[in-house]
Amino acid sequence: MAGIPHDHYEPKSGGEKWLHRRLPVVSLLYDTLMIPTPKNLNWMWIWGIILTFCLALQIATGIVLAMHYTPHVDQAFASVEHIMRNVNGGYMLRYLHMNGASLFFIAVYAHIFRGLYYGSYKEPREVTWIIGILIFVLMMGTAFMGYVLPWGQMSFWGATVITGLFGAIPFVGEAIQTWLLGGPAVDNATLNRFFSLHYLLPFLIAGLVIVHIWAFHTTGNNNPTGVEVRRGSKEEAAKDTVPFWPYYVIKDVFALAIILAVFFAIVGFMPNYLGHPDNYIEANPLVTPAHIVPEWYFLPFYAILRAFTGDVWVVIIANFLTGGIIDAKFFGVLAMFGAIAVMALAPWLDTSSVRSGRYRPMFKWWFWLLVADFFFLMWLGAMPAEEPYATFSLIGSAYWFFYFLVILPLLGVIEKPLPQPETIEAAVAADKAAANGGAGAAEATPAE
Amino acid sequence: MIRKIALSAFTVIGLVAGGAALAAVTEKKVDDYAFSFEGPFGTYDQMQLQRGLQVYTEICAACHGLQYVPFRALGYDGGPHLPEDQVRAYAEFYEVFDPELDDFRPAKPTDHFPQSGLESAPDLSLMAKARAGFSGPYGLGINQLFKGMGGPEYIVSLLVGYTGEEKEEAGTILYENTAFEGGYISMSQPLWGDDVEYEDGSPTEIEDLAKDVAAFLMWTAEPQLNARKEAGFIAVVFLIVLSALLYLTNKRIWAPIKKGKAATPAE
Repeated sequence: MAGIPHDHYEPKSGGEKWLHRRLPVVSLLYDTLMIPTPKNLNWMWIWGIILTFCLALQIATGIVLAMHYTPHVDQAFASVEHIMRNVNGGYMLRYLHMNGASLFFIAVYAHIFRGLYYGSYKEPREVTWIIGILIFVLMMGTAFMGYVLPWGQMSFWGATVITGLFGAIPFVGEAIQTWLLGGPAVDNATLNRFFSLHYLLPFLIAGLVIVHIWAFHTTGNNNPTGVEVRRGSKEEAAKDTVPFWPYYVIKDVFALAIILAVFFAIVGFMPNYLGHPDNYIEANPLVTPAHIVPEWYFLPFYAILRAFTGDVWVVIIANFLTGGIIDAKFFGVLAMFGAIAVMALAPWLDTSSVRSGRYRPMFKWWFWLLVADFFFLMWLGAMPAEEPYATFSLIGSAYWFFYFLVILPLLGVIEKPLPQPETIEAAVAADKAAANGGAGAAEATPAE
Repeated sequence: MIRKIALSAFTVIGLVAGGAALAAVTEKKVDDYAFSFEGPFGTYDQMQLQRGLQVYTEICAACHGLQYVPFRALGYDGGPHLPEDQVRAYAEFYEVFDPELDDFRPAKPTDHFPQSGLESAPDLSLMAKARAGFSGPYGLGINQLFKGMGGPEYIVSLLVGYTGEEKEEAGTILYENTAFEGGYISMSQPLWGDDVEYEDGSPTEIEDLAKDVAAFLMWTAEPQLNARKEAGFIAVVFLIVLSALLYLTNKRIWAPIKKGKAATPAE
C-alpha cells in the first residue's frame, strides 16, 4: 500500500510465519491499526469512529428486530407493538434502532461539515469524498425505507410523498414510480421490497465504508492544518504522526463513551422526542395527516424540495426553456438531488490551493454561513409551506447552491490566504508555544 | 379508488401548506398536568393505574378497545400489577371469538382486550403516544423537551375540555371541546365527576378520573416505561464512569506526545 512510511508487521513466532505465508491477515490488521495518523487531529476527527459504531449498532439491533417483525400491511404495525410489549428487551432494541438512526445522522452531518471546513475533499482525497457522499445517499435511502416499516401514518404518507417525487420525472416518471412501488400506490408490495432493501443497503454501506477507509489510509488523514505529513523517511513521518493505536483509538472511544451517555439518556428517558406521534397510528390510506413532516435529518433537503414553487423565476425560465417539461415539482426534485450533487462536486468547484479553512480568512465566513443555512433550512423544512417560510426556504436554498457554485470557485481567485505552517510538527510546536505563553509559561519548552 | 388515493398523494407536497395552515388556525388548549411517570426518574403509580383501569372498564370500554394489550399484562410488575387470580377474573368479564371453537368464550389472560366496539371510536392502546399535547415554539421542540410529548396531558385536557355547547353537522351531533383539533368532537362528554366509586376512597372529581385514566392509557401505550428508565439510568451511570476512566487513560497516553516526544510504539 502506498502511504506514509512506517514500520510493518514482522511475523515472529513459527505459527505467525506459517499463517503469514498463507494469509497475511494479521499484517493487514496491524497496518490498519498502526497507521501513522497526524498528531494534531482535533475533536472533529472523532466522528468516523462514531459512524462506524452507529452502523454496527444499527445492523446488530436491526438483525434482531427483523427476527420479530412481519413485513405485511395487516401485521407490520401489530408486530412492532409485539416487539415493544412481548419480546424480551424488544422495547430497548427498537428504541436503540430508532434513535440510532438520529445519532447516525448527527454524526454524518458533523463529519461532512468537518470535511468541508478543513478541505478534506481536496486533492488527493477526492475519491474518499465521493465514496463518502455515496454512503450518505445510501444512508438516506436506508433511513427512509426503515421509517416506512412500522407502517404508521407517517410511514405510509411519507412513503407516498417521497416515491411521488419519482413520478415527477417527465415522460417515464409514472412508470418508474409504479415499478418502485410494485403497484399503483404504496401497498404490501412496497412494504415488502422496502423491508428487503432496508436489510440489504446497510451491508452495501459497510462495503463502501471499507473502501472509504482504504482510500484515506492510502492518502493519509487530512488534519486541521491541511498540511500533508512528510513522507521523505520513516523518521520524518514519525515527527508529524502518531500511530492510530493506541493514541486515537483511546481518544475516539473516550468521545464515543460521552456521546453514548447522552444517547442512552435520550433512549432511556425520552425515546420518542425525535419521532412523530402520528406514527403511533396505524397507516390508513383514507386519512391524510394534517401535516406530513419527514424525520429531522431530511428536513434541510425537504425544505429545498419545497422551496421551488411555480412562481419562482428560475422555475418559470426552466419551464419556458424546456417547453414545459421541467415543471415546478420536477424542478424541486432536481434541486433536492442537486443540493447533494454540488456537495459531491466540491473537490472540483473549490479552486483554492489552500486546504484548511483555518488559513482562509474569507472562506471561514462563508462556511459558517453555510452551517447556519443548513440549520435554517432544517427549521424551515418543519414549518408549513406558507409565507414567510416559503420565501425563507428559497433564500436558504439559493445560498446552498451559491456557496458551492459561486463562492467556492471564486474564493480561490480573490482570497489572500494566511501563511500556513511548514509542517505538522511546526504547527503543533507553535500551538504549544502560544498556549504556554498565554497560560504564563508553566514549563520552559526546549526547542528541538 | 386507488387511483384517487395516488392522485391525492401527488398533490400532498403542495397541499401540506393548506393542511398545516388549517391546523394552525384552531388553537388546542392543553394544560400541563403533573404525572408520577414524568422526568427521568418518574415511574407509574400502581394504585393510579388500577384506578385508571376501573375508569376505562366502567366507562371507556363501552366503545373503545385496547387491541394491543393482553390481559396478562395487567399482572406485570411496572403496571397495575393485579394478583394472578384477579387478572383471570377480570379477563373472564370479556368474551372473545375463538376460531377453534368457532364460537365466543370467556377471555383468558393470554387473550387481548377486544377491539373498539364502535367503529368511529379509535382504539386506545397507543393513544397516549399517538397524540402530542405540546409542540413548538416555532417548531423548535423546546416545549416537548421540557414538558414531554404531552399525550396524557392531552387526554386529560380533552376529557375535561367540554364546554357544553353542541352543534349538528350532516346529521351527527358534535360537542364543543377546547382541547380537540377543530374545536368540535363527535364523542359526547364521557366523564362528569363521581362516575365511578373507588374502593380506596380516592377523590372522584372529573379531573381526578381523567388523570387516572390518562395515566392508565400511558401505561397501555408504554408498558415498559419503568424498566426502560431503569435501564437508561444504569447505562448512563455506567457510561459516565467509563468516560471518566477513558479520559484519564487518554490523558496519560497523550502526555508524552504533548510534551513533544515522538510516539513510542505500543507493545
